[in-house]
Amino acid sequence: MIPALNPAYIVGTGNTRFGRLEGYGALELMAQAAQRALDDACMSPAAVDGVLCGYATTLPHLMLSTLFCERFSLQPAYAHSVQLGGATGGAMLMLARELVRSGRCRNVLVVGGENRLSGQARDSAIQTLAQVGDADFEVPNGASVPAYYALLASRYMHETGLTEADLAELAVLMRSHAMHHPDAHLREPITREQVLASKPIASPLKLLDCCPISDGAMALVVSAESRRSPAVAILGAGQAHRHQHLSAIADTFNLGARDAAGRAFAEAGLQPGDIDYLAIYDSFTITLAILIEETGFAPRGGSAARVRRGDFSAGGALPLNTHGGLLSFGHSGVAGGMGHAVEAYRQLAGLAGERQIAERRCAFVHADGGVLSSHVSLILGRED
Amino acid sequence: MSTSPFIEGLAHRELRYQCCVACGAVQTLTRYACRSCDGNRFDWRVSRGEGTVFAVTVVARAPSEEFRALAPYALVLVDLDEGFRLMGHAVPGVAIGDRVVADYFIHGERTLIRFRP
Ligand SMILES: [Zn+2]
Repeated sequence: MIPALNPAYIVGTGNTRFGRLEGYGALELMAQAAQRALDDACMSPAAVDGVLCGYATTLPHLMLSTLFCERFSLQPAYAHSVQLGGATGGAMLMLARELVRSGRCRNVLVVGGENRLSGQARDSAIQTLAQVGDADFEVPNGASVPAYYALLASRYMHETGLTEADLAELAVLMRSHAMHHPDAHLREPITREQVLASKPIASPLKLLDCCPISDGAMALVVSAESRRSPAVAILGAGQAHRHQHLSAIADTFNLGARDAAGRAFAEAGLQPGDIDYLAIYDSFTITLAILIEETGFAPRGGSAARVRRGDFSAGGALPLNTHGGLLSFGHSGVAGGMGHAVEAYRQLAGLAGERQIAERRCAFVHADGGVLSSHVSLILGRED
Repeated sequence: MSTSPFIEGLAHRELRYQCCVACGAVQTLTRYACRSCDGNRFDWRVSRGEGTVFAVTVVARAPSEEFRALAPYALVLVDLDEGFRLMGHAVPGVAIGDRVVADYFIHGERTLIRFRP
């Protein structure tokens, strides 16, 4: 008989403020978030037997996880870092769950963070990120990450009828959520007209279609037991990796998001109809639209119509990224991609404070890395 | 640094692409294994440079100083008639679905492609 796997719960979260945090290094930010997550979990550092951390573009180190452990005085039985671009946070949570499920670890600390905004020149950040393009075929053209997404956007909009005004709705929605989060990078309200009139970056994407570059860190603790009521378990997880580079995308309507989501739902024994909260990666407005639509939470070209109906608002049927997403809460690399899951956990656990929405039971979390290259889906469920 | 046959080809104003020896499948980018069969040996062939625009953007904010002088510039993904997809520059005004042909220009020390109708 195959022994039954342990359940895996999220038992604590912590974050720094996002934005310009002058004077803090990547490790210091990670330590702040990790300390808050342990405090939130009422857990002694000695109880942590697994540590997963992301990468930091401002601190490229061969062994970031153990470097962090030394500075944070942890001596885990299992540690390494994970690199999967924007999907790193999702991949770490999935792995933390596997480590707990198998019995390898009892308490896994998952942490990411960096001083991506203040720790380097803006050009340097943009050039580092552009290297996700192919070194021979793409990067030499003077392409940037916004340009890769803009090219994909042009095709997707051509095929679905999605418009720039539609994309603007998503940017406005994320800002309207970030306004209520004290730690968000961008909290000034914006209008659809302001998004449409913002500075061109790579058509059809304008400045307000793009997430900011932020400093900040996030951490979560995944454990075999939860003493909190209600408990929040990771019920299912799935990945898909169908290409690395934009040029190699075989099917604009099958980028991997649907495959990853399908695997997560199958494992959880749940259906998309069971979901009452969405936590979806939003590096650009087009990223969010494509992911919502490929995972089936809106018809093709129909994500903005659901925004206009209020479905994705905090008081709607399917609240989406109530922290403000990458587009407004901010993007500090790995930590930015962890923010969606952190907020989903807080909403399910009833710990979202002034942002707390009506009771939610089941969240769908999705992250992508690269140019919609790597996909990780997670399903979180409240147990009480 | 070893130079890829593709980059080498550009210097000769040739648009080179990989073709699987075993099944003939044309590859996008450079592969070590065929995307269609179990083959792992490839011929490099020379494309006629004609294709159809799959995607287009106009980059207003160049990622580096060396491209700032060119901005705004159009980047496209083109489906070449031989069956591979390629990113390149394009003359202003091209749209998805347009028929284009590859042209070349020198930028710094590199030869790059600029598609035109
Ligand atoms: Zn083949």
